[in-house]
Amino acid sequence: MNTGQENHRPQASLLPQGDAAWTVEFGAGIDPVLHARVLALAERVRARRDVEPVLASVRDVVPTFRSLTVLFDPLHTDADALGRRLLDLSAAGGSSVHAGRRWRLPVCFAAEYAPDLAALSAACGLAEAAVVQRLTSTPFRVGMIGFMPGFPYMTGLPPALALPRLATPRKAVPARSLAVAGAMCCVYPWESPGGWRLLGRTPLPLFDLQRADEPAWLAAGDEVHWQAVDRATHDRLAADWARGSGSREAFLVPAEGVPCPVV
Amino acid sequence: MSGGLIEIVSGGPGCTVQDPGRFGHRHEGVAQAGWLVPPWADAANALVGNPVDAAGLEWRGPGLVLLVVRGPVRMAVAGAVRVEVSRGGGPVRSLGAWCSATLAEGDRLHLGAAAEGWACLALGGGVQVPPVLGSRSTHVRTRFGGLDGRMLAPGDRLSCLRRGDVGTGEHRAPAPLALPTGPIRVLWGPQDDHFTAPARARLLDTDWQVTAEQDRMGMRLAGPPLAHAHAAAADIVSDAVVPGAVQVPANGLPVVLLADGQTVGGYPKIATVIRADLPRLALMPAGRTLRFEAVDAPTARQALRATQADWQAWVASLVPHRPAGWLDEGALYHDNLVSGMLRAEP
Repeated sequence: MNTGQENHRPQASLLPQGDAAWTVEFGAGIDPVLHARVLALAERVRARRDVEPVLASVRDVVPTFRSLTVLFDPLHTDADALGRRLLDLSAAGGSSVHAGRRWRLPVCFAAEYAPDLAALSAACGLAEAAVVQRLTSTPFRVGMIGFMPGFPYMTGLPPALALPRLATPRKAVPARSLAVAGAMCCVYPWESPGGWRLLGRTPLPLFDLQRADEPAWLAAGDEVHWQAVDRATHDRLAADWARGSGSREAFLVPAEGVPCPVV
Repeated sequence: MSGGLIEIVSGGPGCTVQDPGRFGHRHEGVAQAGWLVPPWADAANALVGNPVDAAGLEWRGPGLVLLVVRGPVRMAVAGAVRVEVSRGGGPVRSLGAWCSATLAEGDRLHLGAAAEGWACLALGGGVQVPPVLGSRSTHVRTRFGGLDGRMLAPGDRLSCLRRGDVGTGEHRAPAPLALPTGPIRVLWGPQDDHFTAPARARLLDTDWQVTAEQDRMGMRLAGPPLAHAHAAAADIVSDAVVPGAVQVPANGLPVVLLADGQTVGGYPKIATVIRADLPRLALMPAGRTLRFEAVDAPTARQALRATQADWQAWVASLVPHRPAGWLDEGALYHDNLVSGMLRAEP
């Protein structure tokens, strides 16, 4: 990763990804200022897609930590005009702050759900309760969704808990595992291979096809506060979801200081 | 309306339900999937009178035997494969690809191995599996679409529409739909500056060999490693990737993403294969060598327009057809002579 000046480019760069996508790159690193510019541009493109003909054939708008990629139908797009418009939109009012949703999501740190908690605690020189306390008292920010459907890459891990990935990745990480690596936190929505350290499990499916309009629970820009729950609460919430009686909206943080109503 | 129904009798690994793909959910981590060789899928659909977004089967590797459980069913195959039909224990007759035919109940369709990459089967009215996020395409890694998000297996049944409910009349193409020839064309970037100048030159000067490590997600190429500008340049902050991206991990060997490719990645992308050439790349079997050629954006656009023009000419070349020595379904089902839903667009 580059550092220093490379991290902040006053002018966004317009980069081709073949003849069917543009990437607007704001810098090289992970940085809240860059991310805010990415999210502001994503918001503008989405808001104008239905009103500006040059944006009409945009099929996908993919925000990441430092860039926005826009995929379009090349047979029905003036690609150069689209690229110029993306640069215009990226320059306009760069200070607009994306207002992501704030979630308070339950996570269970019971030993069977947290196979790496003891080792991480030991390696960081902290008691397990102190690790849990740090995980649950700091907000995480969703930088992007990717790797697999609904998989959130979240920043905000306290530096005291930062360790590299496992030397030997697991062949199967259980679904809904909360995991950390480096300065990041994630949740594996499905069972999959993975090398991040598993510290807990959430009872909530972070990808839900029943919500076809918005199957991924989290979106880039959202804020996540983890709330520790015991095993019984985890299992009750998981059962609620399996029955189809859960509601995402119940986990939105309505205002500062209001506890999660469901837990 | 009880539609047509086919059953997989044998084969299936490497065979999935596909359609044009899943769009609009990449920001949620959902891959596109969809046909690896869209021009061929469009061709098969055109031959049976389907709209271009109809779902069908795509396969590679071993062939398939399909049984028509309920018919009649109109079908057509695009690809370099053997297509044969047997009826009522009678002889196996060759139909060939690039033409439509109507199968009756009890017919067995024998599809050969797709020796040259992939092949596509269209069924009249399209394969009727429930769409997932707007597409019937199978994405095996996330178990989306198709039949439970997996490859097909003996015993699987797929419904389509009966003949008569879709376009009428058999058609054949005088020649297979040709794809462009020559080197695989790429546009530089988005991270070509992460590579040394000799590495960029080497991308274009090398006879890259397609390896056996390839699937719908991507293909690894073998050749001389491409050097990153410095060690740190081999690792980037993960950003969005697209089908056609030529990723180069620290070992210097390119991996080209295809339709099932993930939505974000952490390897620098030296170049991206243009749309006009991506189907041709996906068709290349292990052992084949290829060259890359860097082009500019106007050339890429021109190439795509040329493939569209080739497509329109190919559709215009289709002629009415009765499979030789085969069925006189026209007389049997009192076809009207209006040709159905042939579309001039890919």
